Formats: sequence, structure tokens, C-alpha cells
Amino acid sequence: MSSVEPTLGWARWRRSWWYHAVFYAQTWRGSVVSSVLFPVFYLASLGIGVGHLVAHHHGLVEGQTYLRYIAPSLLATTTFQLGEGESLWPVLASVKWIRVYHAAAATPLEPRDILYGKLSWVVTRSFLTGVVYTAIIAAFGAVESWWGLTLPFIGALITLAFAAPLTAYAARVESDASFTMIYRFAFVPMFLFSATFYPISAYPGFLRPVVQLVPLYHGVALVRAAAFGQGSVLVQLTHVAVLGAIALAGVAWGRVTLRRRLVD
Amino acid sequence: MTAQGGARDIVLEARGLVKRFGAFEAVRGVDFAIARGECFGFLGPNGAGKTSTMRMISAVSRPTEGSLTIFGLDPRTHGPAIRGRIGVVPQDDSLELELSVRLNIEIYGRYFDLPRRVLRERADELLEFARLTERANSKVDDLSGGMKRRLTIARALVNRPDLLILDEPTTGLDPQARHLLWERLYRLKREGVTLIITTHYMDEAEQLCDRLVVMDNGTIVAEGAPRELIERHSSREVIELRFGTDTPEQIRVALATHAERVEVLPDRVLLYVEDGDVALRAVHGSGLTPVSSLVRRSSLEDVFLRLTGRTLVD
Repeated sequence: MSSVEPTLGWARWRRSWWYHAVFYAQTWRGSVVSSVLFPVFYLASLGIGVGHLVAHHHGLVEGQTYLRYIAPSLLATTTFQLGEGESLWPVLASVKWIRVYHAAAATPLEPRDILYGKLSWVVTRSFLTGVVYTAIIAAFGAVESWWGLTLPFIGALITLAFAAPLTAYAARVESDASFTMIYRFAFVPMFLFSATFYPISAYPGFLRPVVQLVPLYHGVALVRAAAFGQGSVLVQLTHVAVLGAIALAGVAWGRVTLRRRLVD
Repeated sequence: MTAQGGARDIVLEARGLVKRFGAFEAVRGVDFAIARGECFGFLGPNGAGKTSTMRMISAVSRPTEGSLTIFGLDPRTHGPAIRGRIGVVPQDDSLELELSVRLNIEIYGRYFDLPRRVLRERADELLEFARLTERANSKVDDLSGGMKRRLTIARALVNRPDLLILDEPTTGLDPQARHLLWERLYRLKREGVTLIITTHYMDEAEQLCDRLVVMDNGTIVAEGAPRELIERHSSREVIELRFGTDTPEQIRVALATHAERVEVLPDRVLLYVEDGDVALRAVHGSGLTPVSSLVRRSSLEDVFLRLTGRTLVD
């Protein structure tokens, strides 16, 4: 009567990826408006408005007009926001409020399949967003190197570096009370102070090492270097290593928390 | 498909099954075996260990101690293979509210690696089975509680399970929806699906279950067919008497001579007797004048309350 034989793990998590893809296909409209209009507004406002002031008082920023200078960082901040936005509330809802992860855990999927499916979908979405953003940034003239082709991949890495640990965290909490605090006291400062809107050299010397501890800083530095084709490859690999390490640690943590939540 | 569990076609067997959460022991060494095609019930008050047991036999939660085999396999090492042959109807529907009824079934089917073409056909069948064909494209959020419950059952059948596990399938449903669900469950049973069910409704357990266990404090306190349990743990009939505001001790003593067992509740007195009419005549004959009296057959609820007590458990 049964017609199902389980297959290897790699095949199982694809089934979870499919769930997220179908879900997104049904509910994408709102997010597309925000993810296409937001960068255009952002560049128009800051790039043209503030850029005008900067040009007037300061001239170029690291050899770029202000608009071009900040355009790549938009990809970093957006993929960061995608990572956090897809992780905290949606994950808590899935394990506690609507419990769809519990429903999935009653099928051949293991908790790690659910985790990999979720994260791989978020990364897929981030990559696709990165492609669109790269085109928008290029349209503003801010992609000057073939390294710019790596921008969607960098965006995906940034997303994973946030989505993985935040998914792990959301899978272990009982309420969303801490999320607002994280948002206010971690995400907003990170968005503002990751050398997003000006070079790290604008900070006093003693603050620079602090900024370098902020994960998003490494994403911002990477996208800027890729867009302009500047900086040493070794330094960029360091940024990749930092983000990669956070992502891997997040995945490992997520395997533990999701397993505890769904199975134990 | 035949179960690989042994000569008697045992689908599921637990021996000394224990589940601990830290220092708390939710299930304290239970033994049971369930045969293919059987409808087996778990009854018990809240906190009795039913849900923990159900999660273990769904091959989701790992037993802390003891042995458990499902389809002859160990869920510790063959979880995905076992779950591929099980359907689970959880207490909370855990449906994807933003998606359509049909997509909820199809997505779930994908978890079992069913091809999309097969899923489309199965979704049609299951929607028909659950009487949801006309709501196939509605968002789940817009469905009534009964429809959501039916959809959850339909979803659990997408892999054509050999074993269907239902945790309080009819809680919160109106009588029409309950009867429709019972009828659907009978139909599955006729098709050879093994059913495991927990419920707080004793009439439901009597209706559906071939055999059941009563759990209390993490252990099994009784096991058998509903009728057997009633015969073993209660009398054939029960008289319910009301005596106005209070039931004085002397009345209780007087009643004790007419019954196998007397239970005094705040609002009424229950006499457990073999023949209700005879005993009631005797009560009247002895000069006692209850305000009202009712003779009924003993039910599983009497057994349940006797075994697990009347104390409220939250």
C-alpha cells in the first residue's frame, strides 16, 4: 500500500526548498514591490540628494561620486535585511504558532532537511534579488569591474551569514519579545554603522576595529570591492572567511536548536 | 503490504517505553502491541503521557529507554523510512494558512517525494474524500474549523499510509463534522489502514476503537476492548440520583446497601449496580426520596473517571 521509500538526505531537503518556493510564488507580490522600489527610492534620495551636498563640500568619496559610492552597499544591506526578515518571525511562526515545521517533521524529512531547505531557499531568493540589484546598481553606473558579476553570490553569502544564526536562535525561543530588541539594538545600528554610507576611514581610529567586528561591515566591504574592482584579493577572502564562518556556525547551531525543538 | 513485525502481523510494538524531559518522566515504561488493521486508542487526562507516546510512535521523538519497533523497524535508525509509511494528524492542524487547500496537500506530498503528476491525482481524490473539492482553491485561513480538520486528515493520507495516527481528531468540532470524520475513519479502517487515536471523548473511543489503553501519570492503568473495560472496571448500569442541595452521610450509608459502589459528587450520587430498575425500586422502597433519578448503562467515561480520578488536571 505504501509507495514511498525515503531517499538520500540531499534529495530530502530539496523537498523543503520546494515548499518555500511554492509559498513565495503565492505570496511574492508585496515583497517585490519593496525590493524593487526600495533601492530606487534609496538611491534617488541618498545618492542624488545627499550626493549633491557631498559633491559640493567634499568632491569624490574614495574616487567615486557619492551615488556610486553607496550604490553597492545597498546590495549588502538588502541581502542582510532579507536574511534577518526571513528568519526571526517566520521561523518562530513555523515552530510555534502555525507549527508547519512540526508537520514537516512528521514526514520523512529530518530537522536538518527542514533547516537546509529553508536556508537554501533564502539563499536562492537572495541570489535572485542580487541579480536584480546588480542590474539596478549597474544602471546607476556603479559597477566598474567584471568582479561585479560576483555581487549576487556575495549577496547570497551575506544573507546566509544572517539567516543561519537567526534561524537557529528563533528555533529555540518561546516568544518574539527579544526580536524587537534585536532589531532595535543590533540591526538598526548595524545598518547605520557598517561603513554603509561612508568609508570606515571616516571613523576615529579607535572605533575602526569595533566597526570591523560588525558582520555586516564585511559584507559592505566585499560588495564595494567587487563593484569597483578594488582592494587586494587576500583582504576580500578574509571578508568571505568571516561571513562564511558565521554562516557555518549558524547552520551547526540551527541543526541543534531545530532538532531540540522538533524532535526531542 | 504486510507488516514485518512478526507472526501476528504486528505493526507496532513497544516494550518498557520511557520518555524523559530532563528530570521529568512523561512516559514511565509502557508496553503495548498494535496489530495491522486495528483501531487502537490512547485515553488519559491531560499530562498522562499520551502526546509524548504519540510522538514516539510517530517516529518523531526518540524514546529515552525501552524498545520500539514500527513495521519491524527501529525508529532510532529508520526514522525517515518509517515516517514515509505513517500519516499523522496532529492536535493543532499546523496547516499553511496562506496557501490554498489543494496546495497544502500537494506541498505535504512533496515531502514524501511523490511526483507532481501523482500529487495532482491524489489531491483530487483526497479533496473528494474530505468533501473539500469545492473549496480546493480557497485559502485555508478562510475555512471553518471542521473543514481545516478534514483537510489535516486528507493531508495525512497523501502518502497512502499503512498507519494513521490521530491526536484528538475531533476536538472542537460540531456533531455533524464529528460524525463525518468517524465515517471517514471507518472507511479507512475497512481499507486496512491501522488507526491509532487519542481522544477526550469517550463515546468516540467506544465507537471507533477495537482496543484501547487508559494512561495516567505516564503509565498504562488499563488495557482492553471498550466493552471489556466496562465489564472489568464498572458495573453494568449506573443510577444517578439528586437529593436537592446536599447528600447527608446517612443517605450515603443507606444507599450503600443497594449498590456495588456508591460515588457521592457535589451535585449527585452515582450508584453502580447490576440492574438499575431493580436497584432504583429498592432505593424508593427504603424511604429515600431523590429529587430526580436516571438509570443508564455504564459507559467508558465511568471507567475512565474511576481509573484516573475526578481531579481536574491542567
